[in-house]
Amino acid sequence: MKRLTRVGLLLLGVVFVLSTVCGMVAAEELIRVGIVNLPPEESGYRQANVEDMSRVFSRENGYDAKQTNTADVNEQMAAAMGYIRDGVDYLLISAAHASGWDDALLAAKRAGVRVILFDRAIDTDPSNYEAALLSDMHYEGQLATDWVLNNVPEPINLILIRGQLGSAAEIGRSAPVLNAAQEGKLNLVWDGTGGDTWSLEEARKVVEAAIAAGKDFNVIYAQNDGMAQGAVQALEAAGISHGKNGKVKIIGFDFNRFALRNVQAGYWDADVQCNPRQAAQIDQWIKSGNIPAGIVYQEEIILDTDTIIDEHIENYGINPDPGKGVITR
Amino acid sequence: MSLLKVRFNRWSHLFLPLSVLVILLLINLIKGVDYFKITMVNGVFYGNIPNILFGAAELVILSIGMTLVTAAACGQDISIGESGAISSAIFVQYVLNAGEVTIWTILAGFLLSCVAGMLIGAFNGTLVSYFNVQPMVATLILFLGGRSIAFIIDGKVSPILANPISNQIGTFIPGVPIQTPIILTVVFIVLVAVVLKTTNLRLYVEAVGVNPSAARLNGINPKKIIFLTFLIMGVCSAVAGFLAVNKAGRHDSVNLLKFIMMDAILAVALGGNSLAGGKFSITGSIIGAYTIEVLNRTLLRLEVNPEAIKAFKAVFIIILMVIASPVVRAFARKLLDKAKTIVTGDSVRQTGALDEAVVSMTDSSGKEE
Repeated sequence: MKRLTRVGLLLLGVVFVLSTVCGMVAAEELIRVGIVNLPPEESGYRQANVEDMSRVFSRENGYDAKQTNTADVNEQMAAAMGYIRDGVDYLLISAAHASGWDDALLAAKRAGVRVILFDRAIDTDPSNYEAALLSDMHYEGQLATDWVLNNVPEPINLILIRGQLGSAAEIGRSAPVLNAAQEGKLNLVWDGTGGDTWSLEEARKVVEAAIAAGKDFNVIYAQNDGMAQGAVQALEAAGISHGKNGKVKIIGFDFNRFALRNVQAGYWDADVQCNPRQAAQIDQWIKSGNIPAGIVYQEEIILDTDTIIDEHIENYGINPDPGKGVITR
Repeated sequence: MSLLKVRFNRWSHLFLPLSVLVILLLINLIKGVDYFKITMVNGVFYGNIPNILFGAAELVILSIGMTLVTAAACGQDISIGESGAISSAIFVQYVLNAGEVTIWTILAGFLLSCVAGMLIGAFNGTLVSYFNVQPMVATLILFLGGRSIAFIIDGKVSPILANPISNQIGTFIPGVPIQTPIILTVVFIVLVAVVLKTTNLRLYVEAVGVNPSAARLNGINPKKIIFLTFLIMGVCSAVAGFLAVNKAGRHDSVNLLKFIMMDAILAVALGGNSLAGGKFSITGSIIGAYTIEVLNRTLLRLEVNPEAIKAFKAVFIIILMVIASPVVRAFARKLLDKAKTIVTGDSVRQTGALDEAVVSMTDSSGKEE
């Protein structure tokens, strides 16, 4: 009996997830859109992204939208094919994997379905899709690197904590730092990674190792907010000052609201946006009928202790807000 | 002499896990002699050793549970990270909805999360013991689905746990010179030791692991014992999740304790335990867990390139596993015996004389009485 209820609960969970995907009645006057996305539980970013898609591509807004959220690229392709057969007007894709999409894209082309990529690029000929609205990871990295070069007193001794090695975000966000180091504008005193899970604990260990090795550093450049948090925990334990009036400057990425509050409180120094809200822009493209060709990068910003205000945190942040003045250690 | 020998035999299974740990520590010492240096920061001990003890807290607790599951069920629970994520999600929700956070809210939330952990353990345990599903297959269900469940409990975000008590659990309590997770780990180890000392758990688990049919014939119900080990595993997961979430200060259902089962299984194996069940050594697993933590940090200390770090870890683990394997162990024992006979070969007379002297002394003392 116990087992049955538990299995039942599990099934309920599965049904709950699936039910968000289904539920459509075709109506002629609505714009028909098929959205192929990753599952919201992938990250705080994706949660905000999926929520934003559902909010903008709603019936009230004139859309008949169907969403598939899966991390399996084959399921994604199957879903895309399904939408093409259903005869949608637009197909929006955030691909789990960048390669292997040619068949699906060509099928869309033949069927006259216009494809718009969002968040993640696909390795294919640009003629196979209409437009792609992406985050420029390299630009984000450049924003952070420029901030370091302009705000940290010389000599700049930087600890780099990378994300999952080889991921687009890691490559893009690392390149400007590595370039600056090569040009002699800053010293890269430690090069570490939080591993495939962008792990807080791993980041903490990286900084602990740097401290144990007696490295002198004044910037920590962590490629997401969780790793920046882990790095700061290591500094706190070692009694090294950081933040606005401290020795070590802390930079994170992704605009988690807790991270922005930490910046606001001067506990960290800066955070770089990675905007998950592409839906409004795509909506405007579709409604105006004026879809640009090729890759379009979103405009993203960096906020530091001087520039940050509450509205930024409210409008641009992801994940819950711990509240003004609350520091997440 | 014989007492010493008994003692040595009892601890001899720890010889290899310990030697592996010592090798790693030596590498660290060669890299820099200040490795064991401990300083005080804000009234708390700080240094490599406290960092290791702090960092390995969750892994140590999980490897204890994993040892028991492995011993009884002859298989591994691969959903421990996920069950830790679910039970800690429940803890966080309880604390966030409780309003004012006192030590009692934290404690109540913790107990609630332990109950949740036991329910998860009961789910896995039922599948394994009563439905005879392979442990790895049974726990695969939660391994795949667990994080989604935790995500839904979290309200589809990663909630923040920014209260002072949680922070003290994750760092240190003012006035106490040792970080709280280290203290809690020790408390947990002591509790487990007491349970094993005062109950027949060890005997039953080993009996079931060695031969379930024979155990049943002797009046032990293997199903109950296997179920029980999964319950304990659930509690271990909940405790580890509790520590992890308080350390992190927020509940990240996606990454909390991710892939930690790999390290926990490795800790059990490094501890000299057979992954096919039977006799077990929790002390060995604990040493194994710390060894893995030391290994991770050694690679960082040696400034291994981040791209190469995984490959290096794999190579190290292969070497450690070979060192700790029964084949090498038997070989080492043979070598040791040979060395002993060579050494004792020409000192046999001396020890013989010594023994005689001892005997005569005891004899004389006996006479005096």
